[in-house]
Amino acid sequence: MAKPTLDKDKKNAATLEPEYPLTTLAVVAPIVGWLIPGGGHILLKRYVRGILLMVSVAAMFAIGLGMQGRIYKPNGGDILDILGFVGDVGSGALYFLARIMDWGDALAANAVADYGKTFVIVAGLLNFIAAADAHHIALGKKP
Amino acid sequence: MSVNLSHFSAAVVFAFFASIVFGITQRNSTTEMVKYGLYCFALFVGGVFLAGWVMALIRR
Repeated sequence: MAKPTLDKDKKNAATLEPEYPLTTLAVVAPIVGWLIPGGGHILLKRYVRGILLMVSVAAMFAIGLGMQGRIYKPNGGDILDILGFVGDVGSGALYFLARIMDWGDALAANAVADYGKTFVIVAGLLNFIAAADAHHIALGKKP
Repeated sequence: MSVNLSHFSAAVVFAFFASIVFGITQRNSTTEMVKYGLYCFALFVGGVFLAGWVMALIRR
């Protein structure tokens, strides 16, 4: 009679244990990846991927600024401005650097500046994806 | 620094960098990453051409 109970206990223990346990690295890697684009992958020794992500995000951000793209501030007031801010802040240190240096402050109303604004927002959103990828690698879900 | 890109060149630059990130983050092996990156790039640029033709036909 004892055997079925033991099996049940083992089954319960197996269901309680997460398949991919949360480690310190799984928390630190996405934060580093957000602050320094590609940094999470470099921290996890995926150097080529990290450098490619860093170059891609930084290049999109720089090109966006070069096209006189606007950098959103957190207290924009308008809901679309807040969404723009969420996209921009995804670039991590690049966003804070741009705010400190007062880049992206020009209010240019032309098509190129509009593309630039999109480049900056998308750079941030892509960096969010890269940070999530670093989290998955640290968990062991992805090689 | 001032960058002046046309609509098409901006779209191609955008497609290039976005495809690199998509390829790396959405697939597991190196070969799959390269293939998926190229696939995304082709879809982005193909989409630009398609949208361009649709707009040109609407304009007529």
